[in-house]
Amino acid sequence: MSILIDEKTPIIVQGITGDKGTFHAKEMLDYGTNVVGGVTPGKGGRSHLGLPVFNTVKEAVRETGATTAITFVAPPFAADAIMEGADAGLKLVCSITDGIPAQDMMRVKRYLMRYPRDRRTTVVGPNCAGIISPGKAMLGIMPGHIYLKGNVGVISRSGTLGYEAASQMKALGIGISTSVGIGGDPINGSSFLDHLALFERDPDTHAVLMIGEIGGPQEAEASAWIKENMSKPVIGFVAGLTAPKGRRMGHAGAIISATGDSAAEKAEIMRSYGLTVAPDPGSFGETVAQVLKAA
Amino acid sequence: MDVHEYQAKELLAGFGVAVPKGAVAFSPDQAVYAATELGGSFWAVKAQIHAGARGKAGGIKLCRTYNEVRDAARELLGKRLVTIQTGPEGKPVQRVYVETADPFERELYLGYVLDRKAERVRVIASQRGGIDIEEIAATDPDALIQIVVEPAVGLQQFQAREIAFQLGLNIKQVSAAVKTIMNAYRAFRDCDGTMLEINPLVVTKDDRVLALDAKMSFDDNAMFRRRNIADMHDPSQGDPREAQAAEHNLSYIGLDGEIGCIVNGAGLAMATMDMIKHAGGEPANFLDVGGGASPERVATAFRLVLSDRNVKAILVNIFAGINRCDWVAEGVVQAAREVKIEVPLVVRLAGTNVEAGQRILAESGLALITADTLSEAARKAVEACESAKNSTKNDR
Repeated sequence: MSILIDEKTPIIVQGITGDKGTFHAKEMLDYGTNVVGGVTPGKGGRSHLGLPVFNTVKEAVRETGATTAITFVAPPFAADAIMEGADAGLKLVCSITDGIPAQDMMRVKRYLMRYPRDRRTTVVGPNCAGIISPGKAMLGIMPGHIYLKGNVGVISRSGTLGYEAASQMKALGIGISTSVGIGGDPINGSSFLDHLALFERDPDTHAVLMIGEIGGPQEAEASAWIKENMSKPVIGFVAGLTAPKGRRMGHAGAIISATGDSAAEKAEIMRSYGLTVAPDPGSFGETVAQVLKAA
Repeated sequence: MDVHEYQAKELLAGFGVAVPKGAVAFSPDQAVYAATELGGSFWAVKAQIHAGARGKAGGIKLCRTYNEVRDAARELLGKRLVTIQTGPEGKPVQRVYVETADPFERELYLGYVLDRKAERVRVIASQRGGIDIEEIAATDPDALIQIVVEPAVGLQQFQAREIAFQLGLNIKQVSAAVKTIMNAYRAFRDCDGTMLEINPLVVTKDDRVLALDAKMSFDDNAMFRRRNIADMHDPSQGDPREAQAAEHNLSYIGLDGEIGCIVNGAGLAMATMDMIKHAGGEPANFLDVGGGASPERVATAFRLVLSDRNVKAILVNIFAGINRCDWVAEGVVQAAREVKIEVPLVVRLAGTNVEAGQRILAESGLALITADTLSEAARKAVEACESAKNSTKNDR
């Protein structure tokens, strides 16, 4: 098994006729992903990459039975595209777009709450590399060949640092059940915690690697949750030990993120909750190998 | 993006927030003219920089005569003001704001911030205005009044009223404060603010409520729909290299080390810096070339990194997903042709089109050091940097 997506998941691409949408839809198809169609308002009825194009997500869902979408939509329209997917009843929407205004994401998160929990869309991203279940399906922009199929779950805020971890693991023969990029924006569709819970329930995931960054409360929250709820070992890392302290004009932001914002503090919090922390970003592979051996 | 106090006040005034009368001046003469136009006999001349804590640093001067206004402006303009928020290099003062300095009874605090944890706007207020709010948060957190705004409906009157009563205001002052709290929220929301701080918010003898100071930061991602705010940008307040980088969609932050970094993705860029440190070196900068980096953008990145005279070696680390290694390699070659790279160059490419990228580099005939992994790349960059330093020593 895997989480979020597998070889059967029927996927539509929002913004399929654009340059990026076209390029990555092709890559996803080449990887063997079950892409069933695309959406570009005003281009409905056409065929693109041999797939049907629709004007609206609702129409695409009705005609193709899609449950999942990936959005390649410019920042001014990206929040709208995510909400359209949620309203059409999609289970999962992955937003690649970098540059969505924070207030738009605030509205998206609020909008998702209008659906009861069992029908609520999971949003991954924005500003992320997407999701891959190696050997099964790719819902993102990552280079598929660097991932080996296996039993470690990966969750990363940074896309490229997730690639780094995957390639180090592959070099040691360690495979991945699913890798999720949750994105680097201040407001994410879903958090470390959301995906940790899915990995905990996935029988084919034996351990999880969680790669964080400086800033925000997510890593600390997730670590506390792990201690209470997770039976599987979790390896952690926080990028930005050498990052300069953010320069800011006022102090209002510092009040709510007063503790645990720096990489060193977050790594310490992870350790205190029983995570194994990779000593440096060149040691993802080795650290995961050690933890798997000990388990 | 940050703006100056006078710009924030202009915006706030446009949303109906009461502010003292004032005018911006670029010269001592203009400052005096502003004072005469404003009238009265008591003015504050305030240095306009993108940082707080100006008062303690001598950046705000109270004046009772036109001569004092002229002297204050002369003293402030053209100097670099150092406050506890600017760092030791300070910020250049190129404009002053001249304001009527009415006496006031009480100083309060009012702030708005995008709360990442709640994923909502949080309003923070305190009876203890005029001093560092961080200090209050640390020493007397109960003195903070906090309200989280429901984004579907926005800030409600009753919430503003709750804040106003908790600020200990009388009924006349409450109605003025409610207007201020509601209007400032609208300014924050409608301008895509990420931070708004009114410190102090003052109450006058005649029960008026005024924003005596205002700091405002905005969401860079929303500037496409806030042209009026984007136009307020003052490049003199930032690192010129960072400004140059932003023009080319690069994200750059200068540091004190000797190894220049060119990386794609903010997370990998930070990790590369961490790895250099781990290998015994010091990074000279953070640089994220972003997704879909064209050869031109990579060449610009080289120019930026090389403009830092401390750089003794460069490490290029690209893990291409949405990027392509062949484009990056072309950028490296193009940069090497246009810009003279006299320091050792370590290149590590991985991901999409890696073979094509490596071929381009090999066929270019450039003298560069290649690496396959992040650890190897960092180690080689530190070694190259050390030997470059030793050879310059030997030259002397």
